[in-house]
Amino acid sequence: MAKKFELNEVEVWDGNMAAAHALRQAQVDIVAAYPITPSTPIVQNYSKFLADGYVDGEFIMVESEHSAMSGCVAASAAGVRAATATSSQGFALMVEVLYQASGMRLPIVLTVVNRALAAPLNVNGDHSDMYLGRDAGWINLCSYNPQEAYDLTLMAFKIGEDPNVRLPVMVHQDGFICSHTAQNVRPLQDEEAAEFVGEYKPVNTMLDVANPVTHGVQTEEDWHFEHKARQHHDLMNSFDTIKKVFNEFKERTGREYDLVYTYKMDDADVAIFALGTTVESARIAADQMREKGIKAGVVSLRVLRPFPFKEVAKALENVKAVAAMDRSAPGGTFGALFNEVSATMLAHGKSPVMLNYIYGLGGRDTTIDMLKEVYEDLDKCAKAGKAVVPLQQFLGLRGPKLSFY
Amino acid sequence: MAKDMKEIKKVEEINELGWNELIPGAALFSFTEPVEDVVEVPMEERPYAPTNSHEWQVGDWRVEKPVYNRDLCIDCQFCWVFCPDISILSRDKKMIGVIYEHCKGCGICVEVCPTNPKSLLMFPEHMDNNEALSMWPKKEEKK
Repeated sequence: MAKKFELNEVEVWDGNMAAAHALRQAQVDIVAAYPITPSTPIVQNYSKFLADGYVDGEFIMVESEHSAMSGCVAASAAGVRAATATSSQGFALMVEVLYQASGMRLPIVLTVVNRALAAPLNVNGDHSDMYLGRDAGWINLCSYNPQEAYDLTLMAFKIGEDPNVRLPVMVHQDGFICSHTAQNVRPLQDEEAAEFVGEYKPVNTMLDVANPVTHGVQTEEDWHFEHKARQHHDLMNSFDTIKKVFNEFKERTGREYDLVYTYKMDDADVAIFALGTTVESARIAADQMREKGIKAGVVSLRVLRPFPFKEVAKALENVKAVAAMDRSAPGGTFGALFNEVSATMLAHGKSPVMLNYIYGLGGRDTTIDMLKEVYEDLDKCAKAGKAVVPLQQFLGLRGPKLSFY
Repeated sequence: MAKDMKEIKKVEEINELGWNELIPGAALFSFTEPVEDVVEVPMEERPYAPTNSHEWQVGDWRVEKPVYNRDLCIDCQFCWVFCPDISILSRDKKMIGVIYEHCKGCGICVEVCPTNPKSLLMFPEHMDNNEALSMWPKKEEKK
């Protein structure tokens, strides 16, 4: 029996410690992990909790992130709760197995501390890894601060393990700005967290020797399509479960989560659409723009996958200009958020001016002033009723201004 | 709700399933019902599911086959232990022969056979087993 960890009502935790405590409280049976900056402290803290008797489980030291996720896949198929953490290059090495986990419908939880992808080598935060795993068939939850990293990691288990979902879940937090910045976090006490997450319910477990089961079968043109259809159907229908778990969490803690996050959007003319810690900076920028008479708001995704198509359209229905902020090198096109938000608006018969900002790559600081410049651009476009600035701009870049279209 | 694959008794029934009737994750069960203490239940009495590879001809890429010679065999069970595809049939520690539906022709059974001459030898796939037995080599003399 695991020891109870004495927690204060308010703890001072960085995002890594917050995620580690969530894994501890969820009493994960198997953590197979390989360390990588900036997510290392999540699994390091977890292994210390385990060594000190605060978890009944096993920690498997593996030789790579590919093996870390493979260990989680095996453990989950065998019938236990499994989780791990990674970032950047480690995430990239895991990608093959991410598709195995979702295709095999194993509710593994992966806490991702977002970091840039080399080259050039860089340990700081951007969303390159998050974007790399976008199509891997996982549920993707996005946090903006340590409290949310804690809350969403606890909720991830309950969402992924729901019998109607049975899909793996990633919880994203920004490298360093969230993962290494200590803030006030209000945790649940151990018993309450355990009660919320619930006992793990194995499905088609490999350890039922009287009823042997094969996981990870081969199907060719005869069956692969149907299995992928079933997987997509269940991912698209996980919204109901996600909302249900968000509600249960609100009843317990008073903290409210929704598929789409909005700030001052009721009367907004212009909106910044961003992910991660930038959401909190954009809120301050929006407040300052409002003092100048510009009706500014902020929209973000709490759930990147499945993409909340209707809720995004609803949040932006009356907006005149939107800046989709992509913190990942766009690789020869517009940023992914720009493409998805533009398509969402077009499909709903709305046509706000859509701008795309590439920002914050490799941990480049994104200041309130820079975000206010974005709002100034949006305001000009909103007043003109058309794009009067380039559609894609690089924000906070040294050298001549870089823009396209 | 996904159709329970364990209820399916014939492969043809699976071919009629739609995407919404599949078990999430493509899990396939070996048996149509649980089998307690499976090692004590002979192969022919196990309730194999139609999706189990036991029910399928999976030896068809073999180009050479192992042929078994009962007259030389000492029932040491090495071939049974080493066969990577459970394609050696043995009952009560007595060798019976090779299951050609599943044997891939890897030759490990021949490699580990300790008799002189060997009781298992590889022959071309198309050769009749009786013809192969008539060509069996003589005992190798000690040098």
